[in-house]
Amino acid sequence: MDFKDSLGLVAPELLLSVAGLILLLVAAWVGDKASKAISIAAVAVLVGASFLVGPALANGAVGPDTVAFMGQFRADAFAAFAKILIYLSAGACLMIAPSFFDRYGAMRAEYPILVLFAALGMGIMVSASDLLTLYIGLELNSLAAYVLASFLRTDARSAEAGLKYFVLGALASGILLFGMSLTYGFTGTTSFEGIRVALAGDMSTGALFGVVFVLAGLAFKISAVPFHMWTPDVYEGAPTPVTTFFSTAPKVAALALTMRVALDAFGPQADAWQQIVIFAALASIVVGALGAIGQANIKRLLAYSSINNVGFMLIGLAAATPEGASAMLVYLAIYVAMSLGGFVAVLMLKGEDGEPVEAIADISGLSATRPGLAAALAIIMFSLAGIPPLFGFWGKFVVFQAAVQADMIALAAIGIAASVIGAYYYLKVVKIMYFDEPAGVVTGKSDWAHQAILVITTVFVSPLGFLLTPWLGAHADAAATALFLAV
Amino acid sequence: MNSFPILTLMLLVPLAAAVACLYLDARAARVTALVATLVDLALGIVLWASFDIGGAQWQFTERFELFAGFSWALGIDGIALMLIMLSVFLMPVCIGASWSSVKSRAGEYMAAFLLMETLMIGVFAAQDLFLFYIFFEAGLIPMYLIIGIWGGDNRIYASYKFFLYTLLGSVLMLIAMLWMVNEAGTTDIPTLMAYDFSPEAQTWLWLAFFASFAVKMPMWPVHTWLPDAHVQAPTAGSVILAGVLLKMGGYGFIRFSLPMFPEASAQFAWLVFVLSMVAVVYTSLVALVQHDMKKLNAYSSVAHMAIVTVGLFAFNVQGLEGSMIMMLSHGLVSGALFLCVGVIYDRLHTREISRYGGLSINMPQYAIFFLLFTMASIGLPGTSGFIGEFLSLAGIYQVSSLVALVSGLGIILGAAYMLYLYRRVAYGEQRNADAAAMPDLSWREFALLAPVAAAVLWMGIYPESFLAPMRQDIAALEARIARSAPEGDAQVTPGNPEMAASAEGEAAGHGGAH
Repeated sequence: MDFKDSLGLVAPELLLSVAGLILLLVAAWVGDKASKAISIAAVAVLVGASFLVGPALANGAVGPDTVAFMGQFRADAFAAFAKILIYLSAGACLMIAPSFFDRYGAMRAEYPILVLFAALGMGIMVSASDLLTLYIGLELNSLAAYVLASFLRTDARSAEAGLKYFVLGALASGILLFGMSLTYGFTGTTSFEGIRVALAGDMSTGALFGVVFVLAGLAFKISAVPFHMWTPDVYEGAPTPVTTFFSTAPKVAALALTMRVALDAFGPQADAWQQIVIFAALASIVVGALGAIGQANIKRLLAYSSINNVGFMLIGLAAATPEGASAMLVYLAIYVAMSLGGFVAVLMLKGEDGEPVEAIADISGLSATRPGLAAALAIIMFSLAGIPPLFGFWGKFVVFQAAVQADMIALAAIGIAASVIGAYYYLKVVKIMYFDEPAGVVTGKSDWAHQAILVITTVFVSPLGFLLTPWLGAHADAAATALFLAV
Repeated sequence: MNSFPILTLMLLVPLAAAVACLYLDARAARVTALVATLVDLALGIVLWASFDIGGAQWQFTERFELFAGFSWALGIDGIALMLIMLSVFLMPVCIGASWSSVKSRAGEYMAAFLLMETLMIGVFAAQDLFLFYIFFEAGLIPMYLIIGIWGGDNRIYASYKFFLYTLLGSVLMLIAMLWMVNEAGTTDIPTLMAYDFSPEAQTWLWLAFFASFAVKMPMWPVHTWLPDAHVQAPTAGSVILAGVLLKMGGYGFIRFSLPMFPEASAQFAWLVFVLSMVAVVYTSLVALVQHDMKKLNAYSSVAHMAIVTVGLFAFNVQGLEGSMIMMLSHGLVSGALFLCVGVIYDRLHTREISRYGGLSINMPQYAIFFLLFTMASIGLPGTSGFIGEFLSLAGIYQVSSLVALVSGLGIILGAAYMLYLYRRVAYGEQRNADAAAMPDLSWREFALLAPVAAAVLWMGIYPESFLAPMRQDIAALEARIARSAPEGDAQVTPGNPEMAASAEGEAAGHGGAH
């Protein structure tokens, strides 16, 4: 494979980086008054990049033709599935930002550019087939994310969130790097393919440590228990559009990356990491559910909900089968829609002067004052709880199906029983909106971009979403096949 | 088979009306809901009329491959037909019952009820395991909202309890279903009903399904959500809860537990019997000391459903037929009793029994209806309750005299608490002036109670109409579970003329000696 073919395979990344650099120059010369135009251009670039990766997913791209730069990068159907989710959710996060930041006079031209570079980093993460590519993508994304978290410079909470995210993120990167160096030391290579070959058969203790540390570093990025502590603080402190971004695109990237590392590089040693993943899955489900119960801030509640949902997705990974991988991807797609819808609904909760409302007590009786918004939020809450006939049920259904097919019935039974704990706090939000007397705090108007995204995501997670299951399932299957055929 | 998708239509009519109700004002929503439920009732009558008794086991089947992993498969047998009829019959009554008592958010209220109707019909008509599960679970959402928004003072606690209890019961069933589908390679319920799982697997699967259906039924000791939910729910909510939702548990046993896991059902029959015997006696005694009319009805529901479970696990035709009739009868009678409570609650806004008294003087029509439903609940011959209780007990007597004896005791206790209730409400002195001044039934209330009363009498006098469509399906079920039927202690000797003759001869000999 020559250099030209490799460049063809990274076309989406090229588009993102070139467009990002051009827009950076525009921002430098024109300044903040062009921030809206740059946002629009960035959304167009992200949509364009989605179209560029579309064919790889539609054709189920797999095999040596998808490998670029001598095994550094893999543009297969699996990467394409994750990239489309990443690009589209990043685009949505750009659309919802202006009306939020305008209130603080903080809609700066850097915002869309940072999101673009973060998306670029995430695309590299999910396509990585070498530990070094992985790390470059991860850091490119993380550095942009640290800045985004503290984007509201004048707000102490935002600055604190950025700092916390940076310190803990740096620690996680260190753990990850340590694991990588151990892995490299005991296998003699950084390419996933080489690691897989080297790990086949009996594994040395040193390599096992490498696996554990790499997975610990990745568990931080996906905020799985016990590496979840930063999530509620960062989600609460970061500006809401940025929180929306954190809970969608980077989550997809980190989970897809974890899948690629666990199933591809560490694939032969599934027995070794399965127990770690099972523990992380069950612990995330339980801690995410119990932690959410006492929360008074809806952003914190959604942060715990994301921990909880990551636990369910890890059940699919624990199965270590193509069905499990496919189930995780389906769950991811549904989760992104639910999360996006949930945070957009939070963004729409505004007071008289447009100040954001985040206290759960303040949305009391919302169904009487804002019936549409309350209904959408209720649908998203029931969907997050996984109650049929809402589409969130389907995500849980497929991961548990994969677990049962992999003969992990005890895991499935414990996991699903723990999901009932989670149902409690989702019900609480519905109860406050529907059963309690109106508090009359949420009165502000919302702009069309918020409404449009909320409507689209709500329709997606409503029972109508089930009509998409054949289509979604087929693409997730193709993506999972690509992941496993690469092995 | 019939190519017209009547079952899908029956699901879509209330669904479309539910969506419409969200956008209509109170009055238009009420009319829309009533029209939609009456249309569904008419469709149900068409369904019953065109049901071919003695024909194919599964009729009106539809199948579309709309989804990944499961299909939109509908179809009914006689058992499902009867339960669908019960649902569509009670729904217009529910809408009528909340005609004037629901003032706030009438549109959303009607939408929730119409959604419930769609889901209930879906549960009974689903022929795909996962489609069934989706309908089965989805009912939680509208019921949660009905109890929580339009319920009584302690509605929040009741709504949580209802939701979480039933959810916890059901999720394990989902894992069992996933395992079954993985094992058998199909989601088709009729195929699964004929599939033989290994006895070891059956044990676990049966327990997982039992967790769900026992909560839904509800069986002692997981019945505690029911009194709370009933007391707090609005009248129509109680009617639908007692009338149809509880039947989903019984339907689950008859459709899944018995035919799919016959060995495990036989193995655990003792468990069902013990729980049911405790329930019959214990909840009847609890009902006896209640001061709240709805709570009394709720406990009586638990006791009656225990007789249903006893009959189901008798493993014979009488028991199964009795259980089905018992479910239909209880659906009508307990629904009507909640309506009767609702009628006087609307006037005095209390459910305290002691606040009423002597209502037969100022509300004679009401007293007659109330008396009829009280008698039907007790199981007086001529009412539907008698048929159900008699057949169930006749069935269980062949298996265990002890269980039959204890269940019979429950019926005596049932007579005690119902008659005691009736005496305190309708007879005696008119102690409370406000209760004595209550007007008799309005024409609307009359129109709600009269059809139910007619159905109760019809079922009591000519149960053949209701038994005929189910006979073939129950016979098929009995044939399916016969291989594991436990041996009875009654040692009946039908078709043994020799023994019968010798017994007769003995009797004659005794007669001669005296």
